[in-house]
Amino acid sequence: MKQKAFFKYKTSKILVEIILIIVAIMFLFPLLWMFCASFYDTTQASQYPPRLFPDPISLRSYLYVFSDKRIPRYFLNTFLLTVICVVGTLITASLTAFGFAKLKSRFKNILFFILLSTMMIPSSVTLLPTYTIFSKFGLVNTYWPLIIPSLFGGGAFYIFLLRQFFAAIPNELSEAAIVDGCSWFGVFWKVVFPNAKPALIVVVINQFVYSWNDYFAPMIYLQQPEKYTVSLGISFFKSMYGSMIDVGPMMAVAMLAIVPILILYISCQKYFIEGVVTSGIKG
Amino acid sequence: MKKNRKRNGIYREKDFYIFVGLWIIGFIAFTLIPMGYSLYASFTKWDGVSAPQFNGVQNYIRMFVQDERFWGSLKNTLYYTVVSVPLNIGIALLLAILLNKRLPGTNIFRGIIYAPSVLAGVAVYMGWTYLYGNDTGMINHLLYKIFHIIGPNWLQDANWAMTALIIMNVFTCGSVMLIILAGLQDVPAIYYEAAKLDGASPFKMFIKITMPMLSPVLFYVLIMQVIGALQIFTQPYIMTQGGPMFSTYTFGLHLYNQAFRYYDFGYSCALAWVLFAVIMSISIVIFKSSKLWVFYREDVD
Repeated sequence: MKQKAFFKYKTSKILVEIILIIVAIMFLFPLLWMFCASFYDTTQASQYPPRLFPDPISLRSYLYVFSDKRIPRYFLNTFLLTVICVVGTLITASLTAFGFAKLKSRFKNILFFILLSTMMIPSSVTLLPTYTIFSKFGLVNTYWPLIIPSLFGGGAFYIFLLRQFFAAIPNELSEAAIVDGCSWFGVFWKVVFPNAKPALIVVVINQFVYSWNDYFAPMIYLQQPEKYTVSLGISFFKSMYGSMIDVGPMMAVAMLAIVPILILYISCQKYFIEGVVTSGIKG
Repeated sequence: MKKNRKRNGIYREKDFYIFVGLWIIGFIAFTLIPMGYSLYASFTKWDGVSAPQFNGVQNYIRMFVQDERFWGSLKNTLYYTVVSVPLNIGIALLLAILLNKRLPGTNIFRGIIYAPSVLAGVAVYMGWTYLYGNDTGMINHLLYKIFHIIGPNWLQDANWAMTALIIMNVFTCGSVMLIILAGLQDVPAIYYEAAKLDGASPFKMFIKITMPMLSPVLFYVLIMQVIGALQIFTQPYIMTQGGPMFSTYTFGLHLYNQAFRYYDFGYSCALAWVLFAVIMSISIVIFKSSKLWVFYREDVD
């Protein structure tokens, strides 16, 4: 009897494990295919029926892509833009979050409520007037419309996430520092900032991924191809040489676009997961 | 008491605004004023260059009476939301339950399932466009190889294109899965132990313990997913351009086309406000219904 129960327990475990393995393969499959397709030679790229693994492994797609001078340009543009947005968001979101977590005001609750409700406003409601403002100041076709949001708090999500984290740092610490003659900026910089490293990393990586992948804002605001970001460049390339037949060069560009995020994800997986969980559970 | 007053003395209103001021300025300049202006512009004829011309409720009349693309795109967007959100949450819940068993390799599975959510962007959508190809696409090839099913011409077939987008979206259920998984791990084990002593079946425990304990998390996930789904734009814009035969023409695409293809900014603003109204009303319905199905632990403690 006991043995039977044990056996049943064991089979259900194995069943779950098998299901998870199948699901994992399915979730990996699109990426695996993209990776393989970027190494297809011209014959295999249009072969029917298709074969998954490249045989022979051909580097022609990458050589083709690297011979195009615009590609490094797109990467440099995107990288610089992303770094500026990340730094901007990190500073302004944490300043705002510090105010909401540690300081007091009669209007704090109502302002915090407003902050949270902005998460429900679809961006299309503010899009056209904002576009017109930027256009009036001659900022269309510059990076400013993409950078400016990160200089004013970087979005409710990050402020909320940091506030939750900052609020968990005991008030006694900051109050003691103030009584000792420290300014609030001092408290922010010396007490809260060093104690909130995980949350700050969460903000950095999330904003990095967001800026790197963002498509809509660059598409609206950037017009000259020299200023394009990587995601804009990909759709530009599709219209240029992305025929349905030769997948090679398209997938080579796509892989290059994914690799930075993939490296970041593999090295900081813990923080990615923490970010999702904190925003979900404490929300 | 005295100590308390002394403590309160170190908090001055001014300091709060020094820290939060930047956000307040940004909120006024890039949310509040544009919102007001866009509401006003929705009652005007405006090309984005010259000054808006007031024309009453004409944009709204045009929308409801003349513009068949309005109804079509609204229908497509609602369909996408109604199918895709429950599907994603359901699969995420299932995966979270399996991962919560903490079998060997759980961390690796979790990492793999969440990865597509992080990577989702134009590059991956481009890959899916090829995967969905009719003859050369790997998906149809595998369907035939494994199940002997002849797959549809996914993105080129008006009956299947929306389904293709919905299936692709399932692959981004990882973030929901993580939130639910964290919710599952928050359920005190003692509840299950007590139920087990009373002889409850695993199914009964799931219905009576897991689901109520998970309901606040599901509620949050539902609201956020619905708000996101109603705004879907990039996937159809990149993969189908709204076609074939407008089968994936979403509200976001319609709004974008009115603004940046026809330079009808006034009409586009009106569309945006309708979208906002739809989002608000669906959220309110979910909020109201939450009294029936969302259970907060404080209710018993």
